[in-house]
Amino acid sequence: MNIASFAPLAVILPLLGAALTFLLIRNPRAQRTVSIVLLSVTLLLECWLLASVWEGGTAAVNIGGWLPPWGIVMVVDQFSSLMLVVSSSVSLAVLVYATGQGMADGDRDAPVSIFHPTYLILVAGVSNAFLSGDLFNLYVGFEILLTASYVLMTLGGTGPRIRAGVTYLVVSVVSSVLFLIAIAMIYGATGTINMADLAIKLADLDQGTQNLLHVMLLVAFGIKAAVFPLSFWLPDSYPTAPAPVTAVFAGLLTKVGVYAMVRTETLLFPGDTFNGPLMVAALLTMLVGILGALAQSDIKRLLSFTLVSHIGYMVFGLAMSSVAGLGAAVFYVAHHITIQTSLFLVTGLIERRGGSSSMDRVAGLAKLSPLLAVLFFVPAMNLAGIPPFSGFLGKVGLMQAGIQLGTPLALALVIGGVLTSLLTLLAIARVWNRAFWRKPEDAEHPDPVLLADPADSATGDRAGKTNVTLLPRTMVGSTLGLVILGVGLTLFAGPLFKVADQSAVDMLDRTSYIHAVLGEDAPVPAISRPEPDPAPAGVPPASGQERK
Amino acid sequence: MSVNLTLLTVMGALYACGIYLLLERSLTRVLLGLMMLANATNLLILTTGGYAGLAPLYGKDTNPAEYNDPLPQALILTSIVISFAVTAFMLGIIYRTWVLARQDEIQDDAEDRRVAKTPSFDAEDDSVIPVETSEFPLTMIGTDGQSVSDVPSGAEATVKVADRTLDAGVAASEEQPGSRNVAPPSQEGGGQ
Repeated sequence: MNIASFAPLAVILPLLGAALTFLLIRNPRAQRTVSIVLLSVTLLLECWLLASVWEGGTAAVNIGGWLPPWGIVMVVDQFSSLMLVVSSSVSLAVLVYATGQGMADGDRDAPVSIFHPTYLILVAGVSNAFLSGDLFNLYVGFEILLTASYVLMTLGGTGPRIRAGVTYLVVSVVSSVLFLIAIAMIYGATGTINMADLAIKLADLDQGTQNLLHVMLLVAFGIKAAVFPLSFWLPDSYPTAPAPVTAVFAGLLTKVGVYAMVRTETLLFPGDTFNGPLMVAALLTMLVGILGALAQSDIKRLLSFTLVSHIGYMVFGLAMSSVAGLGAAVFYVAHHITIQTSLFLVTGLIERRGGSSSMDRVAGLAKLSPLLAVLFFVPAMNLAGIPPFSGFLGKVGLMQAGIQLGTPLALALVIGGVLTSLLTLLAIARVWNRAFWRKPEDAEHPDPVLLADPADSATGDRAGKTNVTLLPRTMVGSTLGLVILGVGLTLFAGPLFKVADQSAVDMLDRTSYIHAVLGEDAPVPAISRPEPDPAPAGVPPASGQERK
Repeated sequence: MSVNLTLLTVMGALYACGIYLLLERSLTRVLLGLMMLANATNLLILTTGGYAGLAPLYGKDTNPAEYNDPLPQALILTSIVISFAVTAFMLGIIYRTWVLARQDEIQDDAEDRRVAKTPSFDAEDDSVIPVETSEFPLTMIGTDGQSVSDVPSGAEATVKVADRTLDAGVAASEEQPGSRNVAPPSQEGGGQ
């Protein structure tokens, strides 16, 4: 039995759920049940897919029985299934959080009944992009998730959201058009859009054409992944969306871009043609992103800038095109999806409890709600890369790979990475000091809810709004779940790093992928590569002795 | 068989106009620009399908080499559907902008402007801390029953409060949450 035959279900189930929840638009309770159940089933299915390729190997399925390279294929390998599992866990947590928020606020007359169908379509698009073994199907996956994201971004249609939505929409459409142009050119040059087939045929093109196609794809994906010169749209548009929406966008959408970049660099255009420019872009992404974060006074905007900054680490790992670097990048993507999403969810809670996400207005939360402080502190330290956590392990993996590579540029990136990590700590510490530690009276414009009599705030008696549960159990619970998942990534970093390294070996080798799609006798073109590092670098020491 | 120059010229013109319109500030023009870009790309995909004049449909007597490639047309169909959805959504957004702001223009990000205007001096991070005033100015009793005081005798330690100069111990005992006992830095206007 081919395990990949079940892979399309990861796309079909959420789409089915979208249709069902759309029919149940008048019944919020049924909507919630359907979407949570379907997403959980999808998650279980994806866990099963991951378990089946855990030891390595690639499986492919031809949709509709059309043989490759003509039909559409879906490919399950370690990288894609790992991404599927992480992304679905995160989206499930965010869904529970969002339903909690809806229930707490009583969404009887708010126009968020379209939230569930749209959200499920977004999940379907993400899964489709991760599974696709066909360039055009990847484009379709991107479009599914983008179109859903346009709707989620402008949910409710308030002024700021519309303003941010316009920027987001125009930039996304332009990047999609670039991607489509690249697909058209690639099809014109090779006559195929199957990625495994392209891996064979692109090698026959002359170098100039290859470079053109390569750059087109990198620019298109670079916009989606928010890599430095193409990243300015992100901090502008993400923070205005509703908290759960921002959280899921921050976790997933840019990572789909990173995923597509990884596939481009490893499968379609292997070798190190653009490693230098990619490394420079990675360095600038890290530094410019984090310097932007330091200037912000709004927590959501600050986190959006750290999001941009940390994309740099992944691009760095990718640009090394060594097993150690790529493996660490794969691990880092999984870590960052979880951590960044939980931080945005916590910010949503801060906003509920403290009345604002601006650091001028919130203060003293550590005393008001110690649980909230813990929920923020753990992923924040994780993001900054403080030793026991997975952020530290991922960064150490990248640094080791960079030192192993030893080129001046790689070493500059190692230094830049450490600097970014420290600056992240500084940015996060500012949030901590202001929002959690200082007294509400010391804030520049303290929110009335913080100055209220403790007796009042315990009952949730907020200025003008009564009977609003400030921290509903479902919201806190789902955030807690995600934070625990982030800590779990630390505990299981050993096996995860092993899988990430194996997937890096497979991706750099390409044989497994091409054979799974095109059959055992497909030729695999040789790659001109300096020397692929034979032994996986193993797990970096989990102790703090190897301090960056 | 020859390259169809008309198609290429039209495509180029569409791209040029599309990019020009995209850079405008008016949303309707941006939308028109996006539509032009999408259609230019559709033409580009169409040209990859083969030269004009090849058979698009199945015929019994047609030589296999004389068929047009059908795949690009399927791709175009998909991309038309997608750009249709995006156009419809964008129209909705434009209408909403009009309802909300009565203008058809891209607006600046207010928070971004605000951050850009913020001076690099940050009262909380950068201002000089006047004098360390102890939170516990009371006299403490030592283990031997003698009173031990950490408040310096005499008035060496003084705190400059808005307009008067106070003994450190007095200032600290007056210190209440929010009492504004500490002189605000002169260059910072907001908040205090």
